[in-house]
Amino acid sequence: MSIILTNISKNFGKFAALNHINLEIPEGELVALLGPSGCGKTTLLRIIAGLEQADSGRVVLNGEDKTEQHVSHRGIGFVFQHYALFRHMTVFDNIAFGLRVKPKKHRPGEADITQKVHALLELVQLDWLHDRFPDQLSGGQRQRIALARALAVEPDVLLLDEPFGALDASVRKDLRQWLRNLHHELNVTSIFVTHDQEEAMEVASQVVVLNHGRIEQQGAPSDIYDHPANAFVSRFIGQTNVFSGDDQDTIWLQSSGLPINDKPGKTAHVRPHDIDVEKASDEASAHAVLKDWQHLGALIRIELVKNAADADNATVYAEMPNEQFKRLQLNRGDKVSLRIRNAHWFH
Amino acid sequence: MNAATQTLIKNSLQEPVWIRWSLIAIALGFILMFLCLPLWIVITEAFAKGWAAYITALGQPDAVAALRLTLLTALITVPLNTILGVCAAWAITRFEFTGKSLLTTLIDLPFSVSPVISGLIFVLVFGAQGWFGHWLSEHDIKIIFAVPGIVLATLFITFPFVARELIPLMQEMGSEEEEAALSLGANGWQMFVQITLPNIKWALLYGVLLCNARAMGEFGAVSVVSGHIRSMTNTLPLHVEVSYNEYDFVGAFASASILAGLAIVTLVLKSVLEWRQGKH
Repeated sequence: MSIILTNISKNFGKFAALNHINLEIPEGELVALLGPSGCGKTTLLRIIAGLEQADSGRVVLNGEDKTEQHVSHRGIGFVFQHYALFRHMTVFDNIAFGLRVKPKKHRPGEADITQKVHALLELVQLDWLHDRFPDQLSGGQRQRIALARALAVEPDVLLLDEPFGALDASVRKDLRQWLRNLHHELNVTSIFVTHDQEEAMEVASQVVVLNHGRIEQQGAPSDIYDHPANAFVSRFIGQTNVFSGDDQDTIWLQSSGLPINDKPGKTAHVRPHDIDVEKASDEASAHAVLKDWQHLGALIRIELVKNAADADNATVYAEMPNEQFKRLQLNRGDKVSLRIRNAHWFH
Repeated sequence: MNAATQTLIKNSLQEPVWIRWSLIAIALGFILMFLCLPLWIVITEAFAKGWAAYITALGQPDAVAALRLTLLTALITVPLNTILGVCAAWAITRFEFTGKSLLTTLIDLPFSVSPVISGLIFVLVFGAQGWFGHWLSEHDIKIIFAVPGIVLATLFITFPFVARELIPLMQEMGSEEEEAALSLGANGWQMFVQITLPNIKWALLYGVLLCNARAMGEFGAVSVVSGHIRSMTNTLPLHVEVSYNEYDFVGAFASASILAGLAIVTLVLKSVLEWRQGKH
């Protein structure tokens, strides 16, 4: 089911949480609403769900205007950040809740409900927990039960608020992959909110970057990473080196191999993996001094200081594969030559 | 950690023996003197002339009427204040509106105003010389010196008990579970009965219990509005006073023993509820 938001605005007192949001989400996508805390992403999710009313604008689900419709009639499944499992009910009763509160003429029989709940529990691989209470479950298990409960009513849209926010790092990694696979299997249009760009890039098929109640960019993860629309997106997604673009920096960038014709903007953003590092053969080709490095697993992050008489001493980061770094046999204090392959310019 | 260091730590955290024992003695002495002794006197005085006199005193038409009126008052006010208390707690913990902090403060008003003043307010509003007095007497409606006045005054006095138990609990719980129920298709009533009520039931029962104890035991406000008409507008606490003033000591203490018994039952139930609440 497609989702179309037009001109959504929301104010809390004088604080503008959302500012004329226009967003279109095609059917079957797994979309991440990504942004720093306080950017309005959760508010937007709650407005789509109907848990919050927008001050202006329309929410259209599958071509039907649902702006005025109550949350219980929108056909959405909502997974809360802290799961919001009913603490006085067993796992089974939690999942069955949505089926049991249906009006009499749509309500399935108790046998059908039992069958459906067990099917859902098998889907989330937790059938053995059906008679436990929520406080007897781990965080990851609660998350999956909350998801099963939301799926029980066969929602047209699945909305997840910071689904991995309250979990341990290791559990989070597993659940990300699992959610992605589950989405492949069910193909229900899903939106999740996150402040973790890595999570958004890894899980989502579409990423919407929000900041200060506005949409900064929407696109596939690779699009957003390779072609950031503005300085905020470039800085927020992945690592980047920011150069001011004044004469000193421009000359340094040029000498480090970045082709600049007719300076296209005020600041230049360079990804660490777009900088090649080599040992300098002589003083003239030395662009930087190697200050330090860190192991990031398969990659090495190198800290560099610009080697120019009047340069600021801001650290420039470069990244290269572990193996390559070993081959170069670099030490702290070594003079290195650089080749900067690519930069994004912003005003 | 060996036993010696454990004792050492324990000793360093505790007061000297004589301080501990004198504090315990003061606390116990106070309870004996001001709680147990009066209770003992109530019971011994009630039975001073034996079982037969006790039963006769309670069987007097005035005493029976007082007991009946007390039960009637509680039967009307407790359910009403349960509903009102849940509504107030719901409004305060689930909605944002101007004047919310004022409402929260006003809920406690019956606790901070002297009960006699509360009674007087009703006399001033509904009494013969009050604002509505003329209109009420024209339509032959009696509120003051009649049962409606007693119910109104009790309603006012016991309003805070339920709301005050629920507000902190509902604030702490948040509304996520209720929102989850709605998002799963539940209507407002299903949400309240199946999600909210099970979560607040122990606190609600606790509030109802306290509300009931006060409704049955209230003296000050009821005394002002009732007019002390025997067999008509005397509640049990008022009956105790009237009997005592007429030197009918067995009658007074027999009625008082009923109220004391009620207090003990309330205390026991309260402990049970607190224990249940602690478990959840």
